[in-house]
Amino acid sequence: MSKRVIVDPITRIEGHLRAEVVVDDNNVVQQAYMSSTLWRGLEVIAKGRDPRDVPFMMQRICGVCTYSHFLKSTMAVENALGIKPPLNAELTRTLMNAALFIHDHPVHFYHLHALDWVDIVSALSADPKKASELAFKYSDNPIATGEAELKLAQEKATKLAKSPQGLGPFANGYWGHKTYKFSPEQNLIALSHYLKGLEFQREAAQMLAIFGGKQPHPQSLTVGGVTCVMDLLSPSRMGEYLVKFQNAKNFIDNAYYADILMAADAYKTEPSVVKPVGVKNFMCGKEFMVGENDYLFEGGYILDGDLTKAFDVNEDLITEDATHSWYKDNGPLHPYDGKTEPNYTGYIDGQSVGAKNTLEQTKLINEKDKYSWIKSPRYNSKPMEVGPLACLLVNYVKGNKKVVDTVGEFLQKTGLPAAALFTTLGRTAARMLQTKIIADNTLTAFHNLIENLKVDQTTCAHYVIDKDKEYKGRGIGDVPRGMLSHWVRIKNGVVENYQAVVPSTWNAGPTDAKGQHGAYEADLIGLKIEDLTKPLEIIRIIHSYDPCIACAVHVMDTKGNNLGAYKVDPLYDKCSV
Amino acid sequence: MENYDKSLKKIFKSRLQAIQKLPKIDNNKSIVDILEEKGISRRDFMKWASYMTAYLGLSSSFVPTVAKAAEVADRLPIIWLHMAECTGCSESLLRTDTPTIDSLIFDYISLEYHETIMAASGWQAEQNLEGAIEKYKGKYILMVEGGIPTKLDGHFLTLGAFAKTGQDVAKEAADGAAAIFAIGTCSSFGGIQAAAPNPTGAVPLSEITGKPVINVPGCPPSEKNIVGTLLHYILYGTLPALDAYNRPKWAYENRIHDLCERRGHFDAGEFVQSFGDEGAKKGYCLYKMGCKGPYTFNNCSKERFNQHTSWPIQAGHGCIGCSEPQFWDKMGPFEEPMADHLFHGPFGGLGADATVDKIGISLLTVTAIGIAAHAAISAVKPPKE
Repeated sequence: MSKRVIVDPITRIEGHLRAEVVVDDNNVVQQAYMSSTLWRGLEVIAKGRDPRDVPFMMQRICGVCTYSHFLKSTMAVENALGIKPPLNAELTRTLMNAALFIHDHPVHFYHLHALDWVDIVSALSADPKKASELAFKYSDNPIATGEAELKLAQEKATKLAKSPQGLGPFANGYWGHKTYKFSPEQNLIALSHYLKGLEFQREAAQMLAIFGGKQPHPQSLTVGGVTCVMDLLSPSRMGEYLVKFQNAKNFIDNAYYADILMAADAYKTEPSVVKPVGVKNFMCGKEFMVGENDYLFEGGYILDGDLTKAFDVNEDLITEDATHSWYKDNGPLHPYDGKTEPNYTGYIDGQSVGAKNTLEQTKLINEKDKYSWIKSPRYNSKPMEVGPLACLLVNYVKGNKKVVDTVGEFLQKTGLPAAALFTTLGRTAARMLQTKIIADNTLTAFHNLIENLKVDQTTCAHYVIDKDKEYKGRGIGDVPRGMLSHWVRIKNGVVENYQAVVPSTWNAGPTDAKGQHGAYEADLIGLKIEDLTKPLEIIRIIHSYDPCIACAVHVMDTKGNNLGAYKVDPLYDKCSV
Repeated sequence: MENYDKSLKKIFKSRLQAIQKLPKIDNNKSIVDILEEKGISRRDFMKWASYMTAYLGLSSSFVPTVAKAAEVADRLPIIWLHMAECTGCSESLLRTDTPTIDSLIFDYISLEYHETIMAASGWQAEQNLEGAIEKYKGKYILMVEGGIPTKLDGHFLTLGAFAKTGQDVAKEAADGAAAIFAIGTCSSFGGIQAAAPNPTGAVPLSEITGKPVINVPGCPPSEKNIVGTLLHYILYGTLPALDAYNRPKWAYENRIHDLCERRGHFDAGEFVQSFGDEGAKKGYCLYKMGCKGPYTFNNCSKERFNQHTSWPIQAGHGCIGCSEPQFWDKMGPFEEPMADHLFHGPFGGLGADATVDKIGISLLTVTAIGIAAHAAISAVKPPKE
């Protein structure tokens, strides 16, 4: 008899997310549904605002990928107004973006994803000496893996485990689960890097703050350019960035890269980790200007896992479907014309597997109706996976030399076939490889910026907003979680319509009108779960996408003030049912 | 002043005694032991305590009291909830200082529930939350990040297999808490989702619980303000010195403008006229570029962000007023000065021109007029080169 299993809340992500699966007698997932459980309505709020204010508001979509929405929203307004920011501004934005990726990807791996791979309790029984020697298998210059350092990390964890409160934030994890594949020594190395990573991320965040003023939520972009001209003209500030960057690069090369090699080694035969991905179409945007019109990553897409052909993106073919999303209009509609009114139908009563492996009366997803605050973006009616894996695959197929070389070297070192890229392991490895490619090329942008500053100190383009004119524009590119686009219409000098099509929306959206699953759902189907009360396999797959659910949930009501059953007056905020 | 200090010390003493009577989380270690294990000496700890004492605006005679406060902090379990938010406040907390004494404090006080970093998910996560609320009833500190949606009976946010509303979860956690901190502007004042037309009916935490809430606003607040407020609670109990918006005075007493590094340029009438101009390169005042520093109460100009790396005004952009109530509606447009812009805003001027009168502190209105006059004069008078 089939049973339902709910995982809610999924922790170690940004936002509020539920996974619900139907398993057969052998605990194999037959159906999977993803539901986002929070709606904030930021794009409704954007409407009627000064277009220059909107990037600050959109930035508050997310405090994790904090710079991404700020950048794409600023670019959307610039695109609408026909502004070309000066080269200095473009390259400064690249340095800030590099700082974000270099911070965000390792933080995702170590602090959000690692506990799906690393069994903290197992690390307690490791031999620090052996572990210290083992670390040289994965890096010639390993970090934080000296015997003494590993001992300290082990003692720290042991004390935590022995305290009357137990493991604190590590309490009640799926420790001892059968699909943890690291040896105690490997677990100890990763634990030491988890702790070292906390230090690393603090300094990496400072890189973005040097030009951004603060991190999270930097404040130095403005429509037309950047405001941090004083920092750019200070050799000492530039030097600060350089030194912090070099420290970060060292961590990426000798901890992050090494740990992924180690994971590939230990997990390459674990079925739940090397199960082929569900959606085999991949799409990415052009990103990282490192010199005038010179981009590190190209945009494009591939279909059906075919590594022989890559296509260019036609932006007109992007639509959003809301058949199973809590909005009235089902679509599909292009983002410029996006029309959405909340229509919450909620969950239904029913039984699911509880903490004690017995059936409990809970609230279930009604998959026949609407079941998520996330919409389902499609490209030419097809679901797409976006993210670092998509970026690497598309650029690999397009023959981007930097990508081909880095991916090739990784496959050769691990002995994995190219097919291994199309898995959870491949997705987690791709995030690291993308970080490495960015770190290997950031200084090109840095030096080009310095060279340009010698002859030109312009940091901001001038522009006027004509209140009698109508504008529309978009900012599109790849951010840490994948392809992101912001779409804006401006009329009477204020925002008339706003829409963001976000990476986690592409990946985490519900089933569309044709019954096609989004990437998360498709990836869970066919998965075997060892223990229904400890669905580590589900968590690991979902985390491998680095969900950012506050980002994914969005809506814009273009046609007026009629929001679902609630009539909201934008001025007085009165509502009537 | 001396008498004032004396009576403060008396209050602190009785507070500390009361806290010390609470059951200790771990009987075997004191904070000094823990720090020593990590290679941080008693001396370093006292140095840190002196720093925090100054930070809290207390005289140096309070150093031992502050140190004591940190030492008893291990009696306080923390539950951190996420409502309608962006996780920026949690991220800010993760950036705690190097050396990591502040974060050790967080290791040391028992962080019982925090969705961004905890290992458990699903049923196990819910068990952790319920367990902590039950076990530490009346003793834990509740920290909440995010506004709380109330429309649709609160169903714009649901949590867990029983799809409880965020509102109910927060209410329940607040009921058993010893003290409640609203971390960030969303939890303190509703934040971005509460900006007009507030489609989800998002409200501040203080509106869904009858208990006193200490607000630590900012988008995000600095980690120092979060940790400092914790110490403040230990010293002052649930009634620390708060301003009209329940913000701890030690952090939010001064305006950004009061201690701004560009203040000299303001006084000299030297203003940036457009982003990237010669004035911008020289670090002139950003008032004419819309800086809301004169209307914003926070310690950014003193403490900065990311271990003092920078802050928005150093990065050449004006303050947007992110620690003030309803700043999204009242401070915009962010890149135009409040007192003299002609833009009427999307909501019949409510979003912009009406702002000065609505800030709620009449003094500011006077200041704003003064500032506008100042800016107007300086526009005629060329800036000194």
